[in-house]
Amino acid sequence: MRDVAVVGFAQSESVRREPDRNEVEILIPVIQALREQTGLSGPDCDFICSGSSDYLAGQSFAFISGLDAVGAWPPVAESHVEMDGAWALYEAWVKIQMGYADTALVYGFGKPSMGDLPLTMALQLDPYTMMPLWPDAISIAALQARHCLDADILTPERMAAVAVRDRRHAKDNPTAQVKGDWTIEEILAEDFIANPLRKSDCAPISDGASAVLLAAGDRASEICDRPAWIRGIEHICEPMDLGVRDLGRSRSTQIAAEKAGVGSGKIDIAELSAPFTHQTILVEEALGLDAETIVNPSGGALAGNPLMAVGLSRIGEAASRISDGQADRAVAHATSGPCLQQNLVCVLEGN
Amino acid sequence: MSDSESDDAGKTSEPVTLLRAPVSLDYEYSAGQSASRFLRAIEQGKLLGQRCPVDGRVYFPSRGSCPQHAVTFGDEVVELSDKGTLVTFSIVRIPSENIPLELPYITANVLLDGSDTILMHVLDASLDDVHMGMRVQAVWKPKEEWTTSTANIMYFRPIDEPDADYESYKEHI
Repeated sequence: MRDVAVVGFAQSESVRREPDRNEVEILIPVIQALREQTGLSGPDCDFICSGSSDYLAGQSFAFISGLDAVGAWPPVAESHVEMDGAWALYEAWVKIQMGYADTALVYGFGKPSMGDLPLTMALQLDPYTMMPLWPDAISIAALQARHCLDADILTPERMAAVAVRDRRHAKDNPTAQVKGDWTIEEILAEDFIANPLRKSDCAPISDGASAVLLAAGDRASEICDRPAWIRGIEHICEPMDLGVRDLGRSRSTQIAAEKAGVGSGKIDIAELSAPFTHQTILVEEALGLDAETIVNPSGGALAGNPLMAVGLSRIGEAASRISDGQADRAVAHATSGPCLQQNLVCVLEGN
Repeated sequence: MSDSESDDAGKTSEPVTLLRAPVSLDYEYSAGQSASRFLRAIEQGKLLGQRCPVDGRVYFPSRGSCPQHAVTFGDEVVELSDKGTLVTFSIVRIPSENIPLELPYITANVLLDGSDTILMHVLDASLDDVHMGMRVQAVWKPKEEWTTSTANIMYFRPIDEPDADYESYKEHI
């Protein structure tokens, strides 16, 4: 295996609604910030890979316009996933492992404020039996949370504590959208959006973008003083149908964590992309984290949730804390599909 | 399974070949800062391009960044003439909605004077006369019908000027 590291990370602010800028205009300053940080522009990289969704953009092949932010001249080697940018990073990592590239620019961007996000997410369900019912994403997540409460896997207090923690952490994150001091009691006093989920149990809807630079071997050390080496990365998928899997735990996260080697050393920090409080706990348990790990020091997805970039941002947030010396070993998580259907786990180390 | 259902077994094993599940999602689309500036200008009958700070090329319509150099264009705009040169064309003999010309008509790639990118539009010219390098000009809708749309230009038509030198547009063919 080649040594591959995250050597740069930039992200936009997460905002509820970008009124003026389109997706490309949100992305441009992010790509430029990464270039200033690393000295590499898109065409300088051997490979470029992005994650975005035409369903969020409301137009076909919307990701093509994203290349305007990157620069595609001279002609570049480029690919795209209709997924979170974390999976674009995985593709780039494979490309580097295969020896086709030494450097890769990875980015993700989304502007969900243009549409009705909970309904748009219904389109990822089974098209014959579930989608015609138009179950919105929050109701689907609420079914899972209800199961977790009724099966005594979770309590409302534990769920609220996740929101309190992540929003408190987010106070140090200038790009976060939801941050500040709440108490568990304040959150439990909120009305339900979809019982048992309250507003504070749900990640916000966010417009935003992020970008990561990957580099292999010596190239990584040239670009970054302390690269965040990817020591394990894996993604595992469960069936789409909610009725055939155990919603009370995240088995795919657990398998991905085992394959990525999460348990082979102390984890200083964990950055999780679970968009609901109950899912955050399920992911924490599947990763096998203990009390020594600081979870979501950036605030995680509950503090800012730019779809298609939020998972990539978790890898970037974890990596930047290794590069600046705050952590020696970190785990980042990204998710896709309803109720934690598919999960990606990435282990990063400073040495 | 009841008797009546088992009697019906042949019928119920027929595959379902049609399922109606209409999908409709509403979007509130924003053209973006750069395209909005272009569209607000064309509402006033002005054609805005933007100049790349790296190589000086003028992009029309104006856009937020240079797709070659990935640099932002900033706020500087270049107002372009509605005259230009016919770079390439095609004669269309099949009907299309929203084209105000009778068949056959001509689709045209026009290089507006001062621009380095081509604009695709339609051309009202004699099929016998149409040729590369021909000088053309926009024919606008009546001013009171102008909106934030490139359709404010109905079509281009030839003007009485000498053909452009091939060297001036060969890069755009």
